Amino acid sequence: MKAFTTLTGVAAPMPAANIDTDKIIPGRFLKTIARTGLGKSLFANMRYNEDGTEKPDFVLNQEPYRHAEILIAFDNFGCGSSREHAPWALLDFGIRCVIAPDFADIFHSNSFKNGVLPVALPREICEQLMEDARMGGNVRLTVDLERQVVVRPNGEEFPFQVDGFRRHLLLNGLDDIGQTMQHASAIDGFEAKQRAAQPWLYA
Amino acid sequence: MVVRHVVGESAMAKPRTLFDKIWDAHVVETLPDGTAVLYIDKHLTHEVTSPQAFEGLRLAGRKVRRPDATIAVVDHNIATDASRYGRIEDPESRQQVETLEKNVVEFGVPYIPLTDVRQGIVHVIGPELGLSLPGMTLVCGDSHTSTHGAMGALAFGIGTSEVEHVLATQTLLQKPAKNMRVTVDGTLPLGCSAKDIVLAIIGKIGTAGGTGHVIEFAGEAIRALDMAGRMTLCNMSIEAGARAGMVAPDQTTFDYVKGRPFAPKGEVYDRAVAWWSTLPSDPGAQFDKEVVLDAAAIAPQVTWGTNPEAVLPITGMVPDPASVEDADRRAQMARMLDYMDLKPGQKLEGLKIDVVFVGSCTNSRIEDIRAVAALARGRKVADGVRAMVVPGSGLVKQAAEAEGLDKILLEAGFEWRLAGCSMCLGMNPDKLKPGQRSASTSNRNFEGRQGQGGRTHLCSPAMAAAAALTGHLTDVRNLQPLDAA
Repeated sequence: MKAFTTLTGVAAPMPAANIDTDKIIPGRFLKTIARTGLGKSLFANMRYNEDGTEKPDFVLNQEPYRHAEILIAFDNFGCGSSREHAPWALLDFGIRCVIAPDFADIFHSNSFKNGVLPVALPREICEQLMEDARMGGNVRLTVDLERQVVVRPNGEEFPFQVDGFRRHLLLNGLDDIGQTMQHASAIDGFEAKQRAAQPWLYA
Repeated sequence: MVVRHVVGESAMAKPRTLFDKIWDAHVVETLPDGTAVLYIDKHLTHEVTSPQAFEGLRLAGRKVRRPDATIAVVDHNIATDASRYGRIEDPESRQQVETLEKNVVEFGVPYIPLTDVRQGIVHVIGPELGLSLPGMTLVCGDSHTSTHGAMGALAFGIGTSEVEHVLATQTLLQKPAKNMRVTVDGTLPLGCSAKDIVLAIIGKIGTAGGTGHVIEFAGEAIRALDMAGRMTLCNMSIEAGARAGMVAPDQTTFDYVKGRPFAPKGEVYDRAVAWWSTLPSDPGAQFDKEVVLDAAAIAPQVTWGTNPEAVLPITGMVPDPASVEDADRRAQMARMLDYMDLKPGQKLEGLKIDVVFVGSCTNSRIEDIRAVAALARGRKVADGVRAMVVPGSGLVKQAAEAEGLDKILLEAGFEWRLAGCSMCLGMNPDKLKPGQRSASTSNRNFEGRQGQGGRTHLCSPAMAAAAALTGHLTDVRNLQPLDAA
């Protein structure tokens, strides 16, 4: 996983709540065995007409948002399915950070595992950032995971909270399986005890 | 040396919830920041969310730690007609199925192939085969894993990175969820089912009402549900944003488990029941959030919008965006009505339907099919309606056919198909066409979920049957079963 430290980039405004995973990546694109290549299908139903041409009014079809690295949205972003294809598609498009008032649990967890940072900030702040994002090409937002702040174009900073363990993994680009493997002897011990107490769980 | 009087642990212990007890029993270690290394007892996998996980293991030279605690099945992308027994037509679907078949051999994971009568939707076959048991931690790369909470298990959906993590370590890194209890008192009126309960709950608490929480469903109306009903209920707890849904195990649960192929038997079963019986929440256990509903006040539900909280009783009318104060909510509602091609004030009852889908991990069990057949007997599917019944597993199909339900359904003009996820999610040949309106027993009415441009109205199996037989959304309470002549 690519480490996430500080990101400065164009932010795309998507002022809607409940942006679900079927919107982010429709079911018909889940028939892949790779993690990459989904960027072109990101938000496909909102982004393309049935004949495959672009819908000009969709934000990611407009300059400078074609190059967005940050997405600003409203409540309950990523609700719906557990498909990790959602953060894979965002990442493959080039988006490495989503800022919203809150996130659905599974999407939130999936994002961290792929170096996509979900930043939860109060609704009023998201509305201010949405206004910044609407200003387009001359505006860059900065998301600093080290200092845990989002920096507006005018220099104003909004601090955000992030789980310490996940932050550590993300800052260092660490694979959490490797972390867990360090507990192998504890897992062995747990299994030995459980096998004695609940033998039906072991074939 | 200081000698302290040790008080019996049980006397001192803080009352715990069902969730707390299962969680505590599975914590291998707690990291300094409170993250737990949580042991996973059962891991169900399927073709769509596993290929990248197995690939990850392969690249890192890792093995599957406990193949005996893992099982794989195909369900999401397959056709539900006989064409699937030949060469799968769609090259991408074929590649996913073939990749799974290679992976299960390479990693020694038990597999239920398409040709096996036990094949079916992963959340139907888990309980059915006795793979999902009370007290377990159970995961699957699918959000509707919450279904298995009906067994009194802690069951939740995970992403592909976590699938890989469980394959490699049999654990997950997790922070404990908060506890929420939804109590449904009283008796459910005739014509209503578990689907109506859960849609009413989501209508009340919203699609993010359970975020960060595990919901325990309690109360008289929940206790009265059979296991299929409890599965429907827990299945849709994810639609309220909850990490998991659960129902405390009781005699109904134990009777259901007994004799299932992978369930414990004999003396081991008795030992298991003894432990399972200790799991229900202690009196006085604290819940972070409580919601109470009166079952008697629930009417048959149907969704009108593009998320499951956009739901009303069938007697309701399409709401008016103009009545909503918040500008964003007003815009969202207007967009929903536009997508669904509905007008404010329009009655839900009488809305013309093109397709009826009875199936999915929410409602494809034998009890659901019986509910549809009971209304279909002696009637015909309305002209111009495509009505399909897709059993959740080969065993459900077999059971239905043994009862003659397939004949009743075929006679009435329903399609009787092979087990799979089918028209729930628009990734196999069963899809809505743009503009088509469906009455569906599935779980999500998101834009494009059942096929690009499709319009979904979620409802119970009985309500879906009523829509098929009349050609429009109908209050099932006005449609009585005809006598079996």
